[in-house]
Amino acid sequence: MFDRRLIQHFDWGLLLLTIMLCSLGLTVLSSAVSGSNSSFQKIFFLKQWIWYGAGGLVMSLFFLVDYKYMDRWAYVIYGGSVLLLLAVLFLGKTAGGSRRWLAMGPFTLQPSEVVKIAVIIVLARCFSRRMKSGGLGFRDLFLPFVLVLIPFVLIVKQPDLGTGMVVLLIAGSMTLFVKIEKRTFVFLLIIAAIAAGSGWFFLKEYQKQRIMTFLNPDRDPLGAGYHIIQSKIAIGSGQISGKGFYRGTQNILSFLPEQHTDFIFSVLAEEWGFAGSVLLHLLFMILIVWGLNIAYHCRNAFATILAVGSCAMIFWQAVINLGMVMGLMPVVGVPLPLISYGGSSVLTIMICIGILMNVSMRRFVSE
Amino acid sequence: MNPYTNTVGGEWYRQRLTGTMFCVIGVFMVLIGRLFYLQVMEGEEYRRLSENNCIRLQRIAAPRGGIYDRHGVLLADNRPSFDLSIVLKDAEPLADTVKKLARYTGIPEKEIFEKIQKGKRGGAYKPVLLKEDIGRDMLAVIEANHFDLPGIAVDFKPRRQYMHGRTASHLLGYLGEINEEELKSGNYPEVRGGELVGKYGIEKSGGPFLRGRKGGRQVEVNARGQVVRVLDIVDAVPGHNLYLTIDLRLQQAAEVLLSGKVGALVALEPDSGKVIAMASMPGFDQNRFIKGISYPDWNALISNPDRPLENKAVQGEYPPASTYKIVTALAGLEEGVADLKSTAFCPGYYRFGDRIFRCWRRGGHGTVNVTGALAVSCDVYFYQLGQKLGVDRLAEYARACGLGAPTGIDLPHESAGLIPTALWKKKRTGVPWQKGETLSIAIGQGYNLVTPLQMAVLTAAVANGGTLYRPALLEKAVSAGGETVKAFEKEIIGSIPVRPEHLEIVKRGLWEVVNGSRGTARLARIEHVDISGKTGTAQVISRKKGDRSYSKKLADRHKPHAWFVAYGSKGEKKIAVAVIIEHGEHGSGTAAPIARDFIRAALLGQYPRQSENEIKATGE
Repeated sequence: MFDRRLIQHFDWGLLLLTIMLCSLGLTVLSSAVSGSNSSFQKIFFLKQWIWYGAGGLVMSLFFLVDYKYMDRWAYVIYGGSVLLLLAVLFLGKTAGGSRRWLAMGPFTLQPSEVVKIAVIIVLARCFSRRMKSGGLGFRDLFLPFVLVLIPFVLIVKQPDLGTGMVVLLIAGSMTLFVKIEKRTFVFLLIIAAIAAGSGWFFLKEYQKQRIMTFLNPDRDPLGAGYHIIQSKIAIGSGQISGKGFYRGTQNILSFLPEQHTDFIFSVLAEEWGFAGSVLLHLLFMILIVWGLNIAYHCRNAFATILAVGSCAMIFWQAVINLGMVMGLMPVVGVPLPLISYGGSSVLTIMICIGILMNVSMRRFVSE
Repeated sequence: MNPYTNTVGGEWYRQRLTGTMFCVIGVFMVLIGRLFYLQVMEGEEYRRLSENNCIRLQRIAAPRGGIYDRHGVLLADNRPSFDLSIVLKDAEPLADTVKKLARYTGIPEKEIFEKIQKGKRGGAYKPVLLKEDIGRDMLAVIEANHFDLPGIAVDFKPRRQYMHGRTASHLLGYLGEINEEELKSGNYPEVRGGELVGKYGIEKSGGPFLRGRKGGRQVEVNARGQVVRVLDIVDAVPGHNLYLTIDLRLQQAAEVLLSGKVGALVALEPDSGKVIAMASMPGFDQNRFIKGISYPDWNALISNPDRPLENKAVQGEYPPASTYKIVTALAGLEEGVADLKSTAFCPGYYRFGDRIFRCWRRGGHGTVNVTGALAVSCDVYFYQLGQKLGVDRLAEYARACGLGAPTGIDLPHESAGLIPTALWKKKRTGVPWQKGETLSIAIGQGYNLVTPLQMAVLTAAVANGGTLYRPALLEKAVSAGGETVKAFEKEIIGSIPVRPEHLEIVKRGLWEVVNGSRGTARLARIEHVDISGKTGTAQVISRKKGDRSYSKKLADRHKPHAWFVAYGSKGEKKIAVAVIIEHGEHGSGTAAPIARDFIRAALLGQYPRQSENEIKATGE
């Protein structure tokens, strides 16, 4: 039966934060595509509206359905998304040398985005049965390890190293959160160090080259390295108050690469300056702390871990993207949550927020 | 216990959550700190850079590796060339600049504006290419009047140059602008649209070695587009030099011998599979491809019935004709349906059911055994052998001898040829195999198709005692720093599946082809060199008698192809050769002398004489 308390407990604050981020995203996007005269780019703006609308619907779905169903169906959801990943390997659309997309009518779906959610849900289920105050031992870690390894390998095969790393980071954060036995933890660190060292030894020369380029994009001065310097110029030139809405020169003159997707923050920083940039950072920070606070007030083990996983996903994507455009991190194709253009990315972040709302409004259940 | 009600016990996880929150806040503080540094502390400097829009990106092209022959003689190289371009933003006032440029260079104003119109979509800061490969005179004028021509840039670019005109054109191949398909394929990770990649021959297959890695330069320019400061530079890495297994002098000798004809010659080192020469006629001039070949030139090349763009040695598929009798003889001996003592009587024809199969020699060869049949190329003997073996057993041996599948040479577009089986025909045509067809197959006619390279590999294997080597073109790849990146290693791809004594019998037969009193290739003898071989005359089409439209030209087109495969040695020096001359009529008369003269050049150093001019005149 529908519980009236659900409405009473609805998390209006979280919704407000989401709407603020989306509005900010649309505003920046309209400026980012304004530089181009082609209607092709203008379409991005309209499409993004559609994506936010669709995201809102999916979000509602994820907070209306009680999370206990996610718990119950965790392995089915996980299996389904791994199947999607397999499908993309065989049937996927190839763009820029990698297969990442499944065509669905006029839109395309990126299963590696969907799989992030599935990994969060399945790990939450897995850990909620195993967690104990002393921490997890080896035997407890085996199944989660396999559950993460399968999608990770499939994503890296596409190849999409960036998304693969995000999946690892999310899973790692969740595992650390539920605590690992000290002995096991130290042992794992040593194993990882040895594996990385000897793995390097066995890699072929060209594979090493590829990893080096990934870690140090300045090796390609005309590609990623160029993007970073242009991005830094755009951000820095915003100074304190910015050049003003629609006044960004770096963007208009198409100096910025992919300004509507990965580098959208540079557009914002240039036009809105330090003030606007700090606002965006604070919004993200509040969103994530808000989410962790939801976990804090939840008594259910599955829901707590689920909420932490969702926060981890938003956190890592935001930090990697912002760090990248500011030249603190290597260039990895990770979009800025809710701000960057892109359906799959918007949808998955909306799902995360939906999950947080879900946990938030049902915290009375076990109280 | 219902797992759903599994609650978090105790307060320990709350501490962890509080800790996590502080971590999150800490990370965001670091990011905001970085923002402060970029926007507040360094903001002014970045604002200046952005207002002038003065960062330009310049590509540094990587010099493509050179190509050398086995003795280190240069075959393909780069020469410096200069491209003229304009950066619209810096060229203000544009009309004025263009007017001056037209006056200095002699390029019509209209043409310049057309180029600008076409190229300006890239943005006001991207250089628009005006003219490629300008001459030294124009370069001097532009450099001298540099200050009068704002926004005009001259870029240095290495350009390909083939040192020996049309020599080995199919082997070396050519370059062309990368196309959409190649860009999408992912095989050219660092190449962008508009750049050149190998399209054919070694230029294509050796591309990963030759390409190198381009570098780049980030520069700050002033308002006139002149470089004020270099911000960052990454040098280009030059491509590796390739040393081929071919010998330029022998390659030229082969082309001289083939000139005026349509056909191919392949020569291998029998004990390693190294290609000494690979010629295909007619050829083309690679230097014409460098600046982008013109449409009429291209059209003329692709509509030429003699297919000058095709490397007939690896792409041409021909019926092997009597050269295939090597395979039939090997199969017959090994399967026990023939030996030195068993003979056949050849009256000039063979009756099979109600059909008559003719021997090439009307009068017949009388009684012959296997070596004799090879020497005189008696069709009747091999009809009977084929009949006893059956098409499928024969096909097994042919495949084991490397026919019907690509040899795996490092060249694009290699053909597989075709070795038919009963099943293949049923699948392909729906009609079951006819017994009589086996007879045609046994003498290398019918559906059989092979490439000259496959025949050369087989001939080399016969010569070396039965080992099939992958034909190799690459002797070594050497980096610009002189380090050998890859060196030739011989690679065995199979072996002739017969016992040594059987191979010896076939070799005796092949020796008699050249040296026997009745041999079909007595013309191919050279003093002091031991040569064995096999001739072949491949029917192209059955001639319709009484056809009025049968012109002389058509008659030439319907003449059979002439084959000769041979191997020879003089002391330590060994060589295996396959020659095909399209519509050359008889292997013995046309192909054998060419192979002989080539072997003479290769083993005795006596090169055929023909002046350069004649090659040019006949090669077209």
